[in-house]
Amino acid sequence: MSPVLGDLVRHFALLSLLAFGGANAVVPEMHRTAVDVHGWMSSAEFADLFALAQAAPGPNMMIVTLIGLRAAGVSGALLATAAVCLPSCLLTFAVARAMDRFRSNPWRAVLQTALAPITVGLVLGTGWVLTRAADHSIPAYLLTAGTVVWLLTLRLSPLWLIAGGAALGLAGLV
Amino acid sequence: MTPARVTLAMLFFGFLRVALSGFGGVMPWARRLMVERQHWLSEAEFADLLALCQLLPGPNIVNVSIAVGARFHGVTGAVVAFAGLMIAPTLLVVALGTLYLELGHLAPLRRAFGGVAAVAAGMVIAMALRIGVLLHGRPWAIGIAVLAFVGAGLLRWPLGWIVLGLAPLSILIAARTR
Repeated sequence: MSPVLGDLVRHFALLSLLAFGGANAVVPEMHRTAVDVHGWMSSAEFADLFALAQAAPGPNMMIVTLIGLRAAGVSGALLATAAVCLPSCLLTFAVARAMDRFRSNPWRAVLQTALAPITVGLVLGTGWVLTRAADHSIPAYLLTAGTVVWLLTLRLSPLWLIAGGAALGLAGLV
Repeated sequence: MTPARVTLAMLFFGFLRVALSGFGGVMPWARRLMVERQHWLSEAEFADLLALCQLLPGPNIVNVSIAVGARFHGVTGAVVAFAGLMIAPTLLVVALGTLYLELGHLAPLRRAFGGVAAVAAGMVIAMALRIGVLLHGRPWAIGIAVLAFVGAGLLRWPLGWIVLGLAPLSILIAARTR
């Protein structure tokens, strides 16, 4: 296995077990690894690939596949995807089988209450890191802020916002 | 309801459909399929399963595919449901990513991506704020969220330190204040 493939597998397998709150909570860590530690891509490229993953259908973790693709081609994409899924899937499988014993366990509620704020902070950290990577002009910051306000006040499909963002970018307004 | 009614083929194609219907969030589609359309699970069973899957690390919908698959067909069910969920989006994203790596340097695409990336960042911030509302009324939880944000977003600390540092503290407070 080439060194890059080994790095990908090690990084994403560990991340899998730290991803409380799903993939969006661990994007700063992916950015740190892919851009700062290993130099697989620039920060702007990372923001582009994240946008591509958000715009594509499917689970919101496809950024992992794209990081693997950029770092080591198709084999990198497949290995990174497998590595980020396998540890957490094994854990889920084990817990799901024992679920009846967990259902009334009071610790479940405690864990839920305890992990929620960490998830909120991490996802907000992701938003910050992506904003810094993607936005290089006042109109771009306004577009990000406008997206937040739009999504929190109106219940419209984000697909329209993605299309709108592409159109504004194409027109040279962002 | 007898579990045998959900076949492996139903698991595979069900999750395939879920994977391809959702833009920016597949969970509502998963609920619609499993609870409303095909009655694999009751509303309460789904809510319970989802809460568990959100508690565990890893992408929530991936965990749901494993737990639902395992519930009906053990290891084989988990593998089949997972494959149904992942195969199409992975191939699609590899194809789109390859196109991006070939053509992404072209000026019109660079401009379009600039706009989409700004929107994608906003989508994540909105998601954080939406789940952040649930912390209302618990000042300690807001404090923990701020610490996690500063550590991950501003100081760019390794995630392991943040989770291993904050989780025990948060669990301790949650256990004492309940």
